[in-house]
Amino acid sequence: MGIVSPGFHGRRRSARPHLPPGQYLEKGFPVLSAGPTPRVTRDQWEFVITNEVGRRYRWTWQEFLALPGETPTVDIHCVTQWSKLDTVWQGVSLDVLLADVETSADFAVAYSYGGYTTNLPLDDLLDGRAWVVHRFDGNELDPEHGGPARLLVPHLYFWKSAKWVRGIRLLSEDEPGFWEAAGYHERGDPWLEQRYRGD
Amino acid sequence: MTGPPREPAARRTAAARIPWRVARLAEVRDETPSARTLVLDVPQWPGHLAGQRVDVRLTAEDGYTARRSYSLAAPTDGARVVLTVQRVADGEVSPYLTQVFAVGDPVEIRGPIGGWFVWRPQDREPVLLVAGGSGIVPLMAMVRARVAAASRAPFRLAYSVRTPGDTYYSEELRHRSRADAGLDVTRIYTRATPPDWPVPPRRLGLAELSTVAWPAEFAPTCYVCGPNSFVESVADMLVALGHDPARVRTERFGPSGR
Ligand SMILES: Cc1cc2nc3c(=O)[nH]c(=O)nc-3n(C[C@H](O)[C@H](O)[C@H](O)COP(=O)(O)OP(=O)(O)OC[C@H]3O[C@@H](n4cnc5c(N)ncnc54)[C@H](O)[C@@H]3O)c2cc1C
Repeated sequence: MGIVSPGFHGRRRSARPHLPPGQYLEKGFPVLSAGPTPRVTRDQWEFVITNEVGRRYRWTWQEFLALPGETPTVDIHCVTQWSKLDTVWQGVSLDVLLADVETSADFAVAYSYGGYTTNLPLDDLLDGRAWVVHRFDGNELDPEHGGPARLLVPHLYFWKSAKWVRGIRLLSEDEPGFWEAAGYHERGDPWLEQRYRGD
Repeated sequence: MTGPPREPAARRTAAARIPWRVARLAEVRDETPSARTLVLDVPQWPGHLAGQRVDVRLTAEDGYTARRSYSLAAPTDGARVVLTVQRVADGEVSPYLTQVFAVGDPVEIRGPIGGWFVWRPQDREPVLLVAGGSGIVPLMAMVRARVAAASRAPFRLAYSVRTPGDTYYSEELRHRSRADAGLDVTRIYTRATPPDWPVPPRRLGLAELSTVAWPAEFAPTCYVCGPNSFVESVADMLVALGHDPARVRTERFGPSGR
């Protein structure tokens, strides 16, 4: 336990059912990003996976929508301490997108329209734990929240769920993304409270 | 320790955890009836860059804790760390920090945090700062860092507040912008203006922003800070005015009304 703050009692608004340490429950959907919101039209949109030897696998918007879809209902946890429970998305599992990709890479960097990047172990994108989603709560995904499409990796802090995602590069060696280079944790497991580097 | 922290270390270097440190309140200064500047003493403070923030953790007697982020209001200065906290009437942490927390009391802080929303004294390009309400805090650290470093980088600050009485650092800003041709300050009042103000209260719009901001061709670095909705609208307008999105850096404090 830390040192006691004299006269602090706290407000303890919500009993915290099942929240990772340090998180509070949020009913709205706050926005967090490092710059302006990129505006990408669906007919220009593409999604590209590049393997470690440079081979590219590309989908247009139409091709992407034609892939088998899923509707994950998941809890999300932002490093700025809000969590939102039972959020409903629609999109394509990374297992589907990676199915025909030849790779023995261990690492992945997701990159976005607007220049954002984030790195993840490739394992964290597999086994039904990650999606590229294009609908939230039954509606098209707002640009503010990452539309046309964003990555969704709900078991890690939400900055790993790159908004406006444009592709994934597979790498043999890890390479820090945008927030990771700025001092955030490489993996970002909310249950282990891996917020900043070295946590 | 000498100087501010370095660029984020390369990958695979051993990463040290950012520790919680015990700070003590050394001094307070009321900026407005609802905002207070806290000057803290933090032994072993490693130094920071203008624009960075800290996490503050409060612990109740039974071990319950609450934690919030606060921007650093002044450039690095030995063991001194300066915050300015806006009281949110029904909030958990800000009423404590602005009303209960007393000189001599301890508090835990962790930082500095954030390596993107920063201004470095060696940066030469023109700078545009756009603040909404308490979003002035990290931008004031940049204004002060510029003075401390005797930097010649030209700065423009657009500062939007509800009423004149909500202005932080009022005297200091007035004095600095008079004394220094390299710093331009424009105020925007959204609810009520001073009596002799030439324009009625209004929100910062595209036309005004285009006269306040450096032309996009000057390739300024833009820093926008405040409530989410303010940041979203200003950042969109800057892009519409032709600024390279990669040069528009934003820091969002949370929902409006805070
Ligand atoms: C990067 C960053 C930098 C910041 N820098 C500064 C700064 O320099 N100065 C500054 O003053 N602030 C700053 N903030 C904001 C600060 O972190 C706090 O959010 C702010 O002080 C409010 O905290 P609080 O505990 O007083 O209010 P909270 O208790 O968090 O409440 C805030 C509002 O949310 C509502 N609310 C909260 N929880 C619930 C709930 N469970 N149910 C219903 N309603 C709820 C409250 O009613 C209130 O209106 C910064 C934020 C960020 C993210």
